[in-house]
Amino acid sequence: MSGQVPLLSVRDLHVTYAAAERPVPAVRGVDIELEVGETLGLAGESGCGKSSLAGALLRLLPGGTEVTGEVLLDGEDVLTMKPGRLRAVRWTDLAIVFQGALHTLNPVQRVGDQIGEAIRLHSKGTSHAKVRERVGELLELVGLPARRARDYPHQLSGGQRQRVLIGLALACEPRLLIADEPTTALDVMVQAQVLRLLEDLQERFGLATIFITHDLSTLASVCRRLAVMYAGRIVEQGPSHDVFAAPTHPYTRALAGAFPVIGDQAFRMAPAGLPGDPPDPRHLPEGCPFHPRCPAAVETCSSVPVELWPAGPGRAAACIHAPGSPVPA
Amino acid sequence: MSALAEAPSARRIAWLRRRRAVAGAWRDYRRHLPGMVGLVILVLVVAMALAAPLLADEAGLKAINSTGNPTWASPSEFGPLGTDGLGRDVMTQFIWGSRISLLVGLAATILAMVIGSVVGITAGFFGGAVSAVLMRVTEWFLVIPFLPLAIVLAAILGPSVKNIILVIGITSWPSTTRLIQAQVLTLRERDYVDRSRALGASNWHLMSRHILPNVSPLILANTTLTVPIVILSEATLSFLGLGDPSNASWGKMLDDAFESGAVTLEAWWYFVPPGLGILLVVLAFTLVGQALEEILDPRLRDKHG
Amino acid sequence: MTAGFISKKVLGALVTLIFVVCFNFFLFRVVDADPVANLFRGKELSQSQRAELREEFGLNGSQGEQFVKYLGQTAQLNFGRSYSTNQPVWDEIKKKAGATIALVGIAAVLSAVIGIMLGIAAAWRRRTKADYGITAFTMGAYSMPEFWLGMLLLTFFAVKLGWFPVGGITDPDSSATGLAKLADQAHHMFLPALTLTLAYLGEYTIIMRSSLLDTMREDYLVLARAKGLRDVLVRNRHAVPNALLPVVALMAINFGFVLSGAIAVEAIFSWPGLGLATYEALKGPDLPMLQGLFLVFSASVILFNLIADILYAWLDPRVRTS
Repeated sequence: MSGQVPLLSVRDLHVTYAAAERPVPAVRGVDIELEVGETLGLAGESGCGKSSLAGALLRLLPGGTEVTGEVLLDGEDVLTMKPGRLRAVRWTDLAIVFQGALHTLNPVQRVGDQIGEAIRLHSKGTSHAKVRERVGELLELVGLPARRARDYPHQLSGGQRQRVLIGLALACEPRLLIADEPTTALDVMVQAQVLRLLEDLQERFGLATIFITHDLSTLASVCRRLAVMYAGRIVEQGPSHDVFAAPTHPYTRALAGAFPVIGDQAFRMAPAGLPGDPPDPRHLPEGCPFHPRCPAAVETCSSVPVELWPAGPGRAAACIHAPGSPVPA
Repeated sequence: MSALAEAPSARRIAWLRRRRAVAGAWRDYRRHLPGMVGLVILVLVVAMALAAPLLADEAGLKAINSTGNPTWASPSEFGPLGTDGLGRDVMTQFIWGSRISLLVGLAATILAMVIGSVVGITAGFFGGAVSAVLMRVTEWFLVIPFLPLAIVLAAILGPSVKNIILVIGITSWPSTTRLIQAQVLTLRERDYVDRSRALGASNWHLMSRHILPNVSPLILANTTLTVPIVILSEATLSFLGLGDPSNASWGKMLDDAFESGAVTLEAWWYFVPPGLGILLVVLAFTLVGQALEEILDPRLRDKHG
Repeated sequence: MTAGFISKKVLGALVTLIFVVCFNFFLFRVVDADPVANLFRGKELSQSQRAELREEFGLNGSQGEQFVKYLGQTAQLNFGRSYSTNQPVWDEIKKKAGATIALVGIAAVLSAVIGIMLGIAAAWRRRTKADYGITAFTMGAYSMPEFWLGMLLLTFFAVKLGWFPVGGITDPDSSATGLAKLADQAHHMFLPALTLTLAYLGEYTIIMRSSLLDTMREDYLVLARAKGLRDVLVRNRHAVPNALLPVVALMAINFGFVLSGAIAVEAIFSWPGLGLATYEALKGPDLPMLQGLFLVFSASVILFNLIADILYAWLDPRVRTS
């Protein structure tokens, strides 16, 4: 629907962490566009900047972090909002499904109270009974009995905590959901259940979703579009089936070709078939930052800067081998 | 190379490695501002204590030698710090008092550290029944309120510098034991300890060569943090009348000042200097100890500052 | 939290108490060959006086017999008679406990509340002037002998300015009753309570600051912010309750020690409580009184340690519900 303002539009986003010796650039110019109800998958290894990107969208990064660019939510820039407006936008327009690790939820509060807090905060004056009823609904929506509201986080399993976090994210009926590694801490069976739940909810409520994970195959099945990040930039994007089936960028190929044992922690750090470690963001290689690890690297890769070039219908890749690359390989 | 020639070279490597570690720690330490402030204060106070004979005549500590002086003279009337009710020079008492305060502080701490480390390492290393018994006893000593126990002990043993060191030493070890034992427990499971054990190393060898060097940074930091507590304890015990009358520490000076009515006479010059001295030394040791803890224990690095 | 957990803790405390009671016996009778001689050092004692004292201390008869007799008496709270007043030690302690509990209790609560608030302020404004100021202040307060602080306050505010009485708990010439008497007592209590509060609060500030700094790295605070909570609410509802857990335990443990912690300060301000009683018993020396006080002080530490364990378990749902 051209002419209409997209739900989310991220332009030239940079995130730089303050550090003692020299600043650490974690995100280096990312553009994202998302329509109402659309799903986007964001993939990459640990440290590629995908979680910094998610944090920047709601300004959740630690103080002293420099964030530049634009994050337009319905055309309104989140990065320049007044604090009061920002707090109002948080959770009602944009909510995050955090990873269901033990310390994502406050260990000394009942999970029901933690969900209820969000409801009460954004619809002031909601009666006690009404809040409790809504919390029960939300828990049932994510497949937990309503009485679980009285439990503390440590009394729930990893999968149950993840369901609570999904329910919590839906508490204020946001239009945009960011799911940051929502299945990483879970075992295979539970991962599949949680994914199905997310897909189901996404369809039911027409939620726009940004799905962040290191696991490309998960994204391919859940999201319509896919973006792959490396060293703080998007290196390939396009319709997820096309990207997954026929990757253009050698890095995507490595991610897609490596069939991970789901939940394998070792894989998360180093996808099979890729030698070496992700680069230190403070000392990025010249040219294409991926070239030292790239099986298809040629001499020019170490000197010529890359950017997203066309790579088929609706697709782009930051590789001199991409069909639309102006640089001769 | 013969086996004989190899042994010292291995030791030399270990020695060099340790020297490098110490040099690295010192580099970190120099950048630690509060730690350096503490160290400078300490150096100054220790220098004063060591140079006491040069700075003030010890004879001035005795009232018999001060009969010519005015009593309760304020600093503007006499010397830099005035006199007490017997006409004794407060400055002389202050300089010589630093010796006793530091001596007791260091000696009692070392005693507490030795007991605490031996019990802690033994409990941590052997585990099982030995550990259960030792740690239970440690818990008990942790519960006995320190001050009343020290008071009772000092009252029974009588007031002398030796006894006060003994009393504070044997009442201050339990917290060190707990700390060391926990650390040894984690060390015991390390690979190199297992490997060494498999090679037939004796318990003594394991404890002295592998466990001790690894807990010594912890012991060092803990020592520096125990000294201030000990110095404060000494001051309190002396103030309660349990200090050695013939070797007056800063705490004993405070006792003398209070007993002779310096408070009602507003003779602040008698009790402000020793209290300030205690405050500075305690603060200095605490700063140095915290700095050491931060530098030697990486887990704490970004916690304090 | 189960009955099993509580009974285990209570049992542990009882065992510790028994240890302290036994320890007390050995401390006074076995550590030194002749405690009578040591405690009365410098005083002329005739042979018959000596024998009388030995009899009174229960130093006659075999060690075993003495021990059994001692246990029986201690179980009945019979600690002998004070030398100075010739009253039963237990009655003396009961009479004087009130003044100490009032003074030290107020100081303990105030120091905990103020110390914790300073700790929160410092951690929340980490690396700012406020943080450095608070840290410097608490380090200073923590580093001075509390009785010295008392001497300074006493000299300045009571002797020099005359704003406060120099000691005691009531004005001996006043016949005030009711509220006026209470006001008089509060007037007397102000300086010693201030001294103890300043002396104790440093530890709370330091621990609370470090605990809150640890907590501030937790993920659930990011979640709370993401939900749209104001920073103040993130701190008060999510960070502080978690950071308080270890501090509350410390508080309970400290309450056990405060009973014995005010000996020197009570002496400075002539506050007629257990601390002053200890000070006077030492000067005596009044051995039965010392022994009784030692047991009471130890028992209070054991009791509050028990309370700390149970309180911690009750406050932390991770322990409570498992």
